[in-house]
Amino acid sequence: MTALLRLDGVEARYGPVTALHGISLEVGEGELVAVLGANGAGKTTTLRAVSGTVQRSGSVFFDGAKLARRPDAAARAGIAHVPEGRGTFSELSVWDNLRLGAYTRRGSVKEEARRVFDYFPRLEERKSQQAGTLSGGEQQMLALARAMMARPKLVLLDEPSLGLAPMLVTEIFDRLDKIRSEEGAAVLVVEQNANLALAHAARAYVLEVGRVVVSGSSAELRADESVRRSYLGY
Amino acid sequence: MALLEVDNVSKHFGGIVALDAVSFTAEPGEIVGLIGPNGAGKTTAFNVITRLYTPDDGAVRFDGESLLGLPPSAIVKRGIARTFQNVELFGGMSVLDNVRIGAHARQGEQAPDDVLHYVNLHSLRYRSASGLPYGTQKRVELARALASAPRLLLLDEPAGGLNHEEVEQLGTFIKRMRDDFELTVLLVEHHMGLVMGVADRIHVLDFGRKIAEGTPAEVRADKSVVEAYLGAEA
Repeated sequence: MTALLRLDGVEARYGPVTALHGISLEVGEGELVAVLGANGAGKTTTLRAVSGTVQRSGSVFFDGAKLARRPDAAARAGIAHVPEGRGTFSELSVWDNLRLGAYTRRGSVKEEARRVFDYFPRLEERKSQQAGTLSGGEQQMLALARAMMARPKLVLLDEPSLGLAPMLVTEIFDRLDKIRSEEGAAVLVVEQNANLALAHAARAYVLEVGRVVVSGSSAELRADESVRRSYLGY
Repeated sequence: MALLEVDNVSKHFGGIVALDAVSFTAEPGEIVGLIGPNGAGKTTAFNVITRLYTPDDGAVRFDGESLLGLPPSAIVKRGIARTFQNVELFGGMSVLDNVRIGAHARQGEQAPDDVLHYVNLHSLRYRSASGLPYGTQKRVELARALASAPRLLLLDEPAGGLNHEEVEQLGTFIKRMRDDFELTVLLVEHHMGLVMGVADRIHVLDFGRKIAEGTPAEVRADKSVVEAYLGAEA
């Protein structure tokens, strides 16, 4: 398998603080890969390093080429980043949020919108509503829908379960499976609900203070004593 | 006598009923959980208690005194402090200065340095709040709230950004904090492991109405709660 995304010894820093000390990981085409780790382990920074939204060194290869360290280069190459806290434009309507997601695409926005409304019918009902007035679950759906407007090859998803009721979290991951099977997009997801993430992911990486300490298939990680204790609770 | 009494409180936003004649109490020293789906009215209840919202109907009493005639600034002086769902820190300021603001609200009854040691953030005291990982920012908010020497502490999703092991530690910490600071705690949280583990009593909201209350075991066995919130798997 040729990897769609490959990080090779990636370091990242915020001013004087080094957050990643040489991360290497891969995501295959159409694969869902989870990133687990404690608060402050570098999960969010790993996603930011891929999308070029943090200062990084080391190499990032995407879709057969070296990826330039600029957010617009990542977006144009087919990477959509759904940040922690969703990052929807709360003053704008649902529709305008979706239009912004299609910014890098040529052709009809309406066609892309029909596609994502198929996955998220609720958003079509709320098309003209201000994004900030949506419920937490709907905002998470909007953030994901906006990312899908660009027809990305890779979606970076940062804690989709944050602030969502248990039933909604399950729904988001089911929706994600549907999107992946129909569009073939790969997903790199940071998620604290490790049970759920491993149930949907093929593989996962565990980070500790900016380094990968364990990686493997979801089944391997579920069998790992330290992963069970820290992340799964059994 | 109950320390906090929320008595038949209703709150509308336009045509949306956020709280519909909701009543609950918190006895001194109790940890009370408030759970329910997204949009159920949990955060609205917090906003009513802390006087960010004025209810359309009903009463809120703290230690027997009505809070509804008071401005929000007087609430913290009465001994009520809170954290926020989406983290509302002064991002450009240091951790220490954020905590100093909490202490200032009550004439420095608690020393900021002591509180920072207590929550294990002292080594980060000069760091800018906005650059910290999400879970750590939540802890800074907690320290700011504690610094105002509250009797009632409202926690809005304190487990956000934490892995399983950290959530377990948080549960132990909330109980210890309740004992050490003689607190009454009102807890909004979607992490059922945490709520069920620490709460003495739980109230369940759905679409602005209270649909159940009881001990964690009673609530978990309640059919309407499973249907509205927990889902079949829980």
